[in-house]
Amino acid sequence: MTIETAVVPPRSPRRFNIDWADILFRISVPILAMLAALLVGAVMLLLLDVNPFVAYAALLEGAFGSVSSITQSLVKATPLLLVGLGICIAFRASVINIGGEGQIILGALMATWFSLQFRTWPGWLLLPATIIMSFMAGAAWGFIPGILKARLRVNEILTTIMMNFIALQLMNLLLRGPLMDPESVSAGTFLAKSERLPEQVWLARLIPQTLLHTGMIFAVVLAVVVFIFLWRTTIGYRIRAVGLNPHAARYAGIKVPFYQALSLTLAGGFAGLAGSVEVIGVHHRLLEGITSGYGFSGIVAALFGGLHPLGTIPASYLFGSLLVGADKMQRAVQVPSALVDTIMGLVVLFVVGSAVLTRQWSARRLAAAAKGQEVK
Amino acid sequence: MKNRLVIVFVLIALLAAACSGPAAPAQPAAPAQPAATQSVAAEKFRIAVVMPSAVTDMAFSQSMWSALKAVQTKMGGEAALELKYSEGMFKVPDAAAAIRDYASQGFDIVIAHGSQYGTSVQEIAPDFPDTTFAWGTDVNTFGLPNVYAYTAAAEEGGYVNGVLAALLTKSKKIGVTGPVEVGDAKTYIDGFVQGVAAVDPNINVSKTWTGSFSDVALMTEAAKTHIASGADALTGSSQSVVGSIGAAKDNGSVLWFGTQQDQASLAPNLVVASQQYDWRAMIEEMIKNHLSGKLGGDKFVLQLKNGGLQIIYNPGYSLPADVKKAGDTAIEGIKSGSITVNP
Amino acid sequence: MEEIFSTVVIVGILTSAIRLATPYLFASIGETFSQLSGVLNLGVDGIMLMGAFAAFFVVLNTDNLWLGVLAALIVGLLMGLLMSVISVTLKAEQGISGIGLYMFGLGLSSLLFKVTVGTVKTVEGFQPIKIPVLGDIPIIGEIFFNHNVMVYMAFLLVPLAWWVLEKTTWGLRIKAAGQNPAAADSLGVNVNRVRYMSVCLGAMLAGLAGASLSIALVNLFQENLTAGMGFIAVALVYFGGWKPKGILGGALLFSTVSAFQLWVQVLGVNIPSDVAVMLPYLLTIVALAFTMNRAQQPASLNVPFQRGES
Repeated sequence: MTIETAVVPPRSPRRFNIDWADILFRISVPILAMLAALLVGAVMLLLLDVNPFVAYAALLEGAFGSVSSITQSLVKATPLLLVGLGICIAFRASVINIGGEGQIILGALMATWFSLQFRTWPGWLLLPATIIMSFMAGAAWGFIPGILKARLRVNEILTTIMMNFIALQLMNLLLRGPLMDPESVSAGTFLAKSERLPEQVWLARLIPQTLLHTGMIFAVVLAVVVFIFLWRTTIGYRIRAVGLNPHAARYAGIKVPFYQALSLTLAGGFAGLAGSVEVIGVHHRLLEGITSGYGFSGIVAALFGGLHPLGTIPASYLFGSLLVGADKMQRAVQVPSALVDTIMGLVVLFVVGSAVLTRQWSARRLAAAAKGQEVK
Repeated sequence: MKNRLVIVFVLIALLAAACSGPAAPAQPAAPAQPAATQSVAAEKFRIAVVMPSAVTDMAFSQSMWSALKAVQTKMGGEAALELKYSEGMFKVPDAAAAIRDYASQGFDIVIAHGSQYGTSVQEIAPDFPDTTFAWGTDVNTFGLPNVYAYTAAAEEGGYVNGVLAALLTKSKKIGVTGPVEVGDAKTYIDGFVQGVAAVDPNINVSKTWTGSFSDVALMTEAAKTHIASGADALTGSSQSVVGSIGAAKDNGSVLWFGTQQDQASLAPNLVVASQQYDWRAMIEEMIKNHLSGKLGGDKFVLQLKNGGLQIIYNPGYSLPADVKKAGDTAIEGIKSGSITVNP
Repeated sequence: MEEIFSTVVIVGILTSAIRLATPYLFASIGETFSQLSGVLNLGVDGIMLMGAFAAFFVVLNTDNLWLGVLAALIVGLLMGLLMSVISVTLKAEQGISGIGLYMFGLGLSSLLFKVTVGTVKTVEGFQPIKIPVLGDIPIIGEIFFNHNVMVYMAFLLVPLAWWVLEKTTWGLRIKAAGQNPAAADSLGVNVNRVRYMSVCLGAMLAGLAGASLSIALVNLFQENLTAGMGFIAVALVYFGGWKPKGILGGALLFSTVSAFQLWVQVLGVNIPSDVAVMLPYLLTIVALAFTMNRAQQPASLNVPFQRGES
């Protein structure tokens, strides 16, 4: 008996192994949970003297109502997806990566410094090189907690939280010093932003007059790559084995600490990519606040996607739409933005709490499938 | 198995019904079309502002909002001037969405009140040639005819505050609690240091930077550290500076010098003076220009000279006459150009 | 550089350190109870904010400081119940439910503040109380015995927590629930009830941590007052090896370096301010990497308990 059959439920006996009922159920539960949270939000709106129908109409319109809304959601979804992919990898190895914010910063810093440093290089060389370097920078920021965990057994929750704060100060140090835009200095304004990046490294805009850039396609392609990596390669298999049952993995000869450190490093790399994509695709320079909280909201996006790289694609888009719609709602009915944050928190709580329903559903199907299969 | 499928399909149907209901009355926004003024009262002027922090932050954002409200009152209230705001827009893509949204709703002037919004304004402004965009704090109008840039020469008020502080300190030690050494926090503090040095170069001015614009607890602790080291006058910048003022208040005799907004209400007998950013004249000029067809192209700088910066002495603090005179002399000197303050 | 070692400065640093450690002590020891019973609560920062607001609001309107403390405890309890329902009863993924709780607490505290108070106001918080006799000892007295009552409470919490965990049955049950819930269950311990109580206790202490900020240390409320302190408190639990003594060490290390870096800046030592601000975080990692404190985390941490599962 191999590890695979010991810890992984038997495959569903359907054509092409796609179980539609399963997928539908798994999608509808979080969506309904989200609606329940919005219902509570409606009560809060009423208490603030706001008509919830008007408010939520604005939210829907802001999320899906126009080309502008959809592109904004996609722009937001891109870094969510990238961070989320890293979170998926880490979670599969049972490692929690709360260091996304710091890793995004390192990726953004590297993208800025590298592309400005080598601004004479042609685009076909500079752009891929910048992206690769950003991945490495984020990966390095994930590697440090990883190696500390593997070698010295220092807990990664502690190190990743601390490294977030350290990265922030590092960015301050560089932005107000060597990376500050020379124009800002000469104009006497000393603003916390870098010089504009060379044009050949900018990601192409897909739709004119919007912020939508090729990074989105890149992220989706990477999601497929991560899926293949986790389910079709030996390394990916070992990462998942470590996450499902570290003891069994160790008995099978898999070096658990190594793969945990590796998953944390990869997660950092993906967050670093998110940072670079924001810099070269959206802003075309490094600004304070570049992370926009994606280090945390990427975790939520991955959760909504069932911690599966392919699931994270629609999840990031939906979550991004929710955020965009919520901003529109704030503008339309002039409620404090804090109300939007509160409702977001409720959405996460409801969705994560509703997973109990999906689990019971899975357990029942597992029992049914086991009964249905004659010989194993 | 079939039961489960049925339940799932029912749920989906309910979901679809729920989604289609509220969506019907929503009008999709059309971003590419130039602003067509909404069919409201014809003369009503409409201004929208997007800001990075809370509208009640006792600092940067609040200064703009209170100026807008004051102009609104002067013009005759809601009927004459419609105001809308988006606060807490620290994330640039969100702010960009808000700016574009307001422009497409036909607002006459859209104010992007944050130095990080520059790229957004540069990209959005060309799509709305009939809308005025105002952006600060920065000096770049991108060569666009419908963009204003504005900034505040915070170092001027800093200088005056420095003069006052230098004359009032008995321990000859002054503390500065700063957030991050960038932008108008930096220029204000640099001006302050010059003002102190002009009165007495031997006074010790020590600076701390908390590395954050919002960490109030650390700002409080920084202020307490200054006080413990002997400082009897403090100044600083950003919305987290309420912590420093609180620490001064706790101590009971440490003086405070404010910037961006009149902060006297926070410590009525310890705040000596505040540099108030007064955007009113700038807003009124922009409105006037817009109505006569000029949509942008100028750079505004708030200065003491043009009334954009004002030193507000706190009436609750009894300022000795000779100190006030020195302060006023400094103000006049900066206005006339005899004193130059470097940002 | 010699200045930094003068008496005034050292006394200043240590006095600040004692004061700064207070919110970390409350929140970290609270989280220790929660984690020892098997529940990871990353929402501590959100609970601290709610507690801070509740205490501030009550004090602003009633001038009664102890009523404010009570308000923080009640609010903490409510947040704790919410977390328990989601993490223990519904067995949700604890790391993520914690983040959801954080977002909720951050949003709700800001919203309530906006709607009920609006602008920043200061309150008259707990004043320093000098302990007779002890407070008069030169130097030592100034550093340790001249603080407000919440500081004293936080430090007294350390031996109290140790005693509860090591010397009472209740403490034993908590640890059993986190280390081997199946065995505990077979011995008659209601694992989920123990977890509920631990999470709620942790949340109430987090509420107290928030109150210590808004009505004792900083004496005001502003949106996101804690600025991530709650996460540091969670990190310190790992540093302290789930023991109150270790937590005390971690909190003091962190707060001492924080106070130190501020003094370094005040004295004008030639270090970039950003590097100074980084120091507490860097040194915490270094300290943990180099100490031999290798406590194993509770075996059942972050694993929901289901009766009948092995």
